[in-house]
Amino acid sequence: MIILQVEGVGKQFGGLQALSNVTVDLPQGEILGLIGPNGAGKTTLFNVINGVYEPSDGRIIFNGKDITGLKTYDVARLGLARTHQIVRPLNELTVRENVIVGACFGREDHGLAAAGAIADEVIEFIGLSVRTDQLAGSLNIGQKKRLEMARALAARPYLLLLDEVLAGLNPSEIAGMVEIVRKIRDRGITIIMIEHVMHAVMNVSDRMFVLDYGQQIAIGTPEEVANDPKVIEAYLGDPELAERLMSDAD
Amino acid sequence: MNGLRKYSGLILAIVVVLALVAWPTINGKDITREVVFTMILSVALASSLNILLGYTGYVSFGHVVFFGLGGYVGFYLMAVQNWSLWPAMLAGGVASGTLAFFLGKAILRLRGGYFALATIGVNEAVRAFINNYKPFGGPVGLSLNFSVYQNYGGGAREALWLSFYMLAALTILVIIVSYAVRTSKFGLGLLAIREDEDAAEIMGVRAPNAKTWAYVLSAIFPGILGVLFFFKNGNIEPAPAFRLQLSIEMIVMVMLGGQGTVLGPILGGAGYQRFRGFLLTNPLFKNIQLAVAGFLLLIIVLFIPAGIIGWVRNRFPKLRRVLQ
Repeated sequence: MIILQVEGVGKQFGGLQALSNVTVDLPQGEILGLIGPNGAGKTTLFNVINGVYEPSDGRIIFNGKDITGLKTYDVARLGLARTHQIVRPLNELTVRENVIVGACFGREDHGLAAAGAIADEVIEFIGLSVRTDQLAGSLNIGQKKRLEMARALAARPYLLLLDEVLAGLNPSEIAGMVEIVRKIRDRGITIIMIEHVMHAVMNVSDRMFVLDYGQQIAIGTPEEVANDPKVIEAYLGDPELAERLMSDAD
Repeated sequence: MNGLRKYSGLILAIVVVLALVAWPTINGKDITREVVFTMILSVALASSLNILLGYTGYVSFGHVVFFGLGGYVGFYLMAVQNWSLWPAMLAGGVASGTLAFFLGKAILRLRGGYFALATIGVNEAVRAFINNYKPFGGPVGLSLNFSVYQNYGGGAREALWLSFYMLAALTILVIIVSYAVRTSKFGLGLLAIREDEDAAEIMGVRAPNAKTWAYVLSAIFPGILGVLFFFKNGNIEPAPAFRLQLSIEMIVMVMLGGQGTVLGPILGGAGYQRFRGFLLTNPLFKNIQLAVAGFLLLIIVLFIPAGIIGWVRNRFPKLRRVLQ
């Protein structure tokens, strides 16, 4: 079953074409890695999918429903959750309260008591149990990233958009986070993840999708994408240079 | 016992108000009653404003407009249409709530300082309108016929005591509403908006609706209180009804006690009003009492931005359960 269809989506900011004619179908249960150089339009694509921006062209179909131009809170209630590249904790609320917000206003629209139970379960799953009653503002960056994930998961989404959840984490934290991402998928949640930590995203993704200057330049399995000359060029500038570098390394 | 602990924050808040009310009731003095009247009126106004300012994070600089407009609508009904006090109070609350509803739809899209400026503009606009509105008496205002008070317990003195207890009951109602909002799902949505409105929306909080209802809730009680206040006063004029200074003082009270807490505005309102009473009767300060209020606000913002209750909560986390 296809859970998300992005059909010919474009987004223009004044004279800047941030996205043009992006098309991708996402089957349920897949992890799609979204990569591309800085400024390629990855976060913009997330913002268009979850309603922060309205696309200039194209349509977004989620679970068979056209969600193009819907408000973010309506999209969220349909079962689409996301995390932010720059974390946005609700600083003066506790970790538990943050996660309860996610459960309360998410797809299942729970009351406070039921949301509390979900929050406890999710916090345990994500590994923040010892921080439950701490104010979110007092967490370190790794914990804040986990909190973002917990909040999004508590909404019981069908589709989860992860925006650089590995950035700024140390290697052991990265390994832990990758494990969590896999476990989330095992729960039946479809995931799109933007990531710069290449070995991790190659490892965990079923397919990869590459953006450059707002254009989609490749889509396929991690191996296909890694060997695509257009992708190498986008990252390193010149495919032959890349090959020379690789042979030098040998 | 468990229930008692669960509601300890609310019970403590109500006990503080009841203690204030008991003071003139026991000593029976009119002067004490008047002092406490202004104190708990401040408590009720600050607690109402706190729903918007403290929980939702929107600074309404012109909140006095709801006090004045509600007061005018209710007063008009009493003085000209011969309504009795109770339905007039209700009408005042409805009028203010309705204004807040439509105003909210229009100006709650503005954030930060822009919203604050817009609320000042609204207050000045309504004041200018009433100043020129003949049925409400224009710049002269309206007065109640003294004989009206005979319907409320026999004479003016009885009516004053009645107003006092009515205000006390209303104040407790405001506190219960404030507590209910603070501990509800709706309130959690408001807190999320205060912390990060965009993030809240992305988590599914319908911010435009939630903000509008918070604004309406915070406007209804000042409307009702306005009717009661001007009923007790006997007359109403545009200048005292829409006094911007009262708006600013309401903000000082909320900030002083601790915005976003139930108990904070109660301590802030009562404490500030008592302090103001001291300044007004002190020959040294009586002409500069507003300057002192401004200075106080500056001190709070610079050194204890969380207010008294917020400071205590941060200092002694164990007390969080009680000090809500």
